[in-house]
Amino acid sequence: MRTWRSLLVALFVALAPLALAQNAGKEAAPLAMDPGTAKRAVALANELRCLVCQNQTIAESNADLAQDLRRQINEQIAAGRSDREIIDYMVARYGDFVLYRPPFKAATAALWLGPFVLAAIALFVLARVVRSRRRLAEEAPLSDAERREAERLLGEKGKRK
Amino acid sequence: MKRAVWFLLPLAAFLVLAAFLFRGLGLNPREVPSPLIGKPAPAFERPQLHDPAKTFSPKDLAGQVWLLNVWASWCVACREEHPVLVELARQKAVPIVGLNYKDASEDAKAWLKQFGDPYMLSVVDRDGRVGIDYGVYGVPETFLIDANGVIRHKQIGPLTPEAWEKTLRPKIEALRKG
Repeated sequence: MRTWRSLLVALFVALAPLALAQNAGKEAAPLAMDPGTAKRAVALANELRCLVCQNQTIAESNADLAQDLRRQINEQIAAGRSDREIIDYMVARYGDFVLYRPPFKAATAALWLGPFVLAAIALFVLARVVRSRRRLAEEAPLSDAERREAERLLGEKGKRK
Repeated sequence: MKRAVWFLLPLAAFLVLAAFLFRGLGLNPREVPSPLIGKPAPAFERPQLHDPAKTFSPKDLAGQVWLLNVWASWCVACREEHPVLVELARQKAVPIVGLNYKDASEDAKAWLKQFGDPYMLSVVDRDGRVGIDYGVYGVPETFLIDANGVIRHKQIGPLTPEAWEKTLRPKIEALRKG
């Protein structure tokens, strides 16, 4: 039993580099480009959502589509396109969903402004509650009878001591 | 009276939130609306799967309402939808062009031999560039293209008999009449 287990472990250890090598083949192919261009390509890939995995950027994802889109970015940079043009190219095909930072427009106004509107409402309500409580304290001071009663109670407490 | 309003307000806010969340439960996050609906189908010219010497381009089908079905032999969900396509082809319901996406042509041909070939013809998109132009991100996908070459609908994922009856068929009939 023991030997079997150690044999299995040995097998896995022996095969691990193979699996790693296979994975490595899936990474973006090394790019023959100057550092500035490579930086641009990575920055762009970090702005774009992979539609297959949805919560990864094109830069992070190893999905086939993400690799193809990285290739597109590289080719378009090589062809002299601007960042704006490349982003527009992606949006024209995959929609705003491809952007990690959705643009501000009518359909996304609630998304961008919603939190500020909610915060404003919360502050307004808070201010009103605080003010109405203060008014309550100012408007209803103790009557003379109440004041005497209060003093009597406080005095009794003092005597007991 | 005024007090009642203040107590009801949080309840109302909760109900609105609950309604939004409930709606969210029914939405499929995998279905990203395509910006290509209502736009001309992107042009391409690619070799045909069974006759690589010949090419196909969407303008070859100008004047017809047709389906562009993106498929691959490695795609599991394609097997699920395939009988539906075969049945549509048998009924001659609508011309279907296959876009063989990122596939090896030999595998693709063997796959069609095994499961039946519902396609008028298939186009080879070996490197997936046509797929990118059509915003393909999850095979199978099916585009409905009208007589003017405008994309009218995109079915993401397998074409089910239900999707055909409820969405595609009425749309195709309307396009043919219009």
